[in-house]
Amino acid sequence: VASGKGGTGKTLLATSLASTLASRGPGVAYVDADVEAPNGHLFLKPTITDVARHTVRVPMLEGGACSGCGLCAEACRFGAIVAGGEGVTVYPELCHSCGVCVRACPERSLGEKARETGTLRRGQAGPVGFVDGTLDVGEARAVPLIEATVKESTRWPLAVLDAPPGTSCGARAAVDGADLVLLVCEPTPFGLHDLDLSLQMCGALGLPTAAVLNRSDLGDGEVRSLLSDKKVPLLAEVPFDREIAMACAAGVLATERVPELAATVNRLADHLQDGYGHLLT
Amino acid sequence: MRQISIISGKGGTGKTSLAGAFVHLAGSCVAVDADVDAANLALLLPGADASWLPFESGQRAVIDPGRCTACGTCLEACRFAAVAQAGTGMRSDPLRCEGCGACAQVCEEDAVSFRANRAGSWTIRTGPWGTLVHARLGVAQDSSGKLVTHLRREARRLAARDGRQWVLVDGPPGIGCPAHAAITGVDGVVVVTEPTEAGAHDLTRALDLAHHFGVSAGVVLNKCDLSAEGARRVETVASRWKVPLLGSIPFDPRLPRSLGRRETGLELGGVRESIVACWTAVGDVLVGRSPVEEHLVALGAN
Repeated sequence: VASGKGGTGKTLLATSLASTLASRGPGVAYVDADVEAPNGHLFLKPTITDVARHTVRVPMLEGGACSGCGLCAEACRFGAIVAGGEGVTVYPELCHSCGVCVRACPERSLGEKARETGTLRRGQAGPVGFVDGTLDVGEARAVPLIEATVKESTRWPLAVLDAPPGTSCGARAAVDGADLVLLVCEPTPFGLHDLDLSLQMCGALGLPTAAVLNRSDLGDGEVRSLLSDKKVPLLAEVPFDREIAMACAAGVLATERVPELAATVNRLADHLQDGYGHLLT
Repeated sequence: MRQISIISGKGGTGKTSLAGAFVHLAGSCVAVDADVDAANLALLLPGADASWLPFESGQRAVIDPGRCTACGTCLEACRFAAVAQAGTGMRSDPLRCEGCGACAQVCEEDAVSFRANRAGSWTIRTGPWGTLVHARLGVAQDSSGKLVTHLRREARRLAARDGRQWVLVDGPPGIGCPAHAAITGVDGVVVVTEPTEAGAHDLTRALDLAHHFGVSAGVVLNKCDLSAEGARRVETVASRWKVPLLGSIPFDPRLPRSLGRRETGLELGGVRESIVACWTAVGDVLVGRSPVEEHLVALGAN
């Protein structure tokens, strides 16, 4: 579940859809890969069974064989390691964990250590399996944690994955390899512009797409034209409803408070199981 | 020159609409759209773009099929799963490659070369409301932070050149790389939130980020009347972080349609007054002005 624009209702849809699918049969998980702003737990209220710190590899000097030759610094394309004087200085926030410096060291005195960048949690929310990743505040690189979170989804036969907004590397990492990308969009000029970018991203990655139009009555029709031009099926429409907004405000699953929304998500689940059953088995 | 950045943590809280309104209210400003992978501020600020310029950042590996023997050493060395077998040789996927050079480092056939990576493009727009520096990040690109830094540097240059009082940065959602680039070194951060559980949760993370970078922050509560309970939650977060509530803006279902007419909410009675109050608080509460500056502003006005 993705969108170019933020705040279109990805989490609302992903949590509701996961709950609805889980009520129909076992083996369904909700996976929150919006690691910069993970909010699914607020609505699903899972019992957390497993908490692990996520780490990336960064270089470190092992032993005392460093000659200060500077070949590691020369090889690093990110400016993350500087040689001089008594050894090397590593700037971990610039490091991409590529391992090039380690291989470049003729003395074999560079090793790698784990550096924590976030938290990965597993749990259960009633019938719904639950995973989320949370990036530490101050940490710049979300992609490794997003990839680790997405990898968790393979433990379930069917995972509804909540992606970060946008179309940059983080969004790419979250949708890459998905069987279907459900784009949540809204009929505003911003929504239209960002939907177009999302479709370009999914096109470049060769991913099948479908759309859900949220707050469908609060704007113009251009989003519908774009979807039909690009032959992207519109699987559901959710009109603006203060009751949904109130439920989100209170941190409860809106499908439990708003029967119309529950019916819409149910029909969406039917659509997915009928039209995309080959992807979801 | 004062630099103000508008961020939110959670997406869709109304950063861009508010930034557009602030541009109109500021009068003398250079605006920056720092949400480079979903840049929308230009939709609210009609004007003429200068020519689009390429933004290059990093490199991408290119494997020469004439030299590649498909030995697979590069595939093992690549930690980004960018290399895959394609036909009789290896191919590096530019959407996954981070340009680290591991493949070239291990290739015994000298088959890997590098090309500059075009991460996006950017331009300067001028209109009756002022100047906007904006960009388009290439799809799935990883250089959003660097592009934001570039746009902000350009905006500061233009503001200094033209004697503008404000640089207004419309930030990205989230708390990662581009958000860092959007708030480092600014005079104040406006965190736009909404009265929801998720809004309050992400507000906490955004305020934590501002604190981490040592930047003073203020909160704008958008769509404030959607939930009294949610509004109280947001106020609690703000007071726990000892951050001022700069103002509250009511929800108006006419706003989504008015955005289509390139309006920012300043045209809607009830909304306008609350946005003006927020902007006044940015000057008075968030950045404040020293007596000397007040004097200079008064001199300028005369």
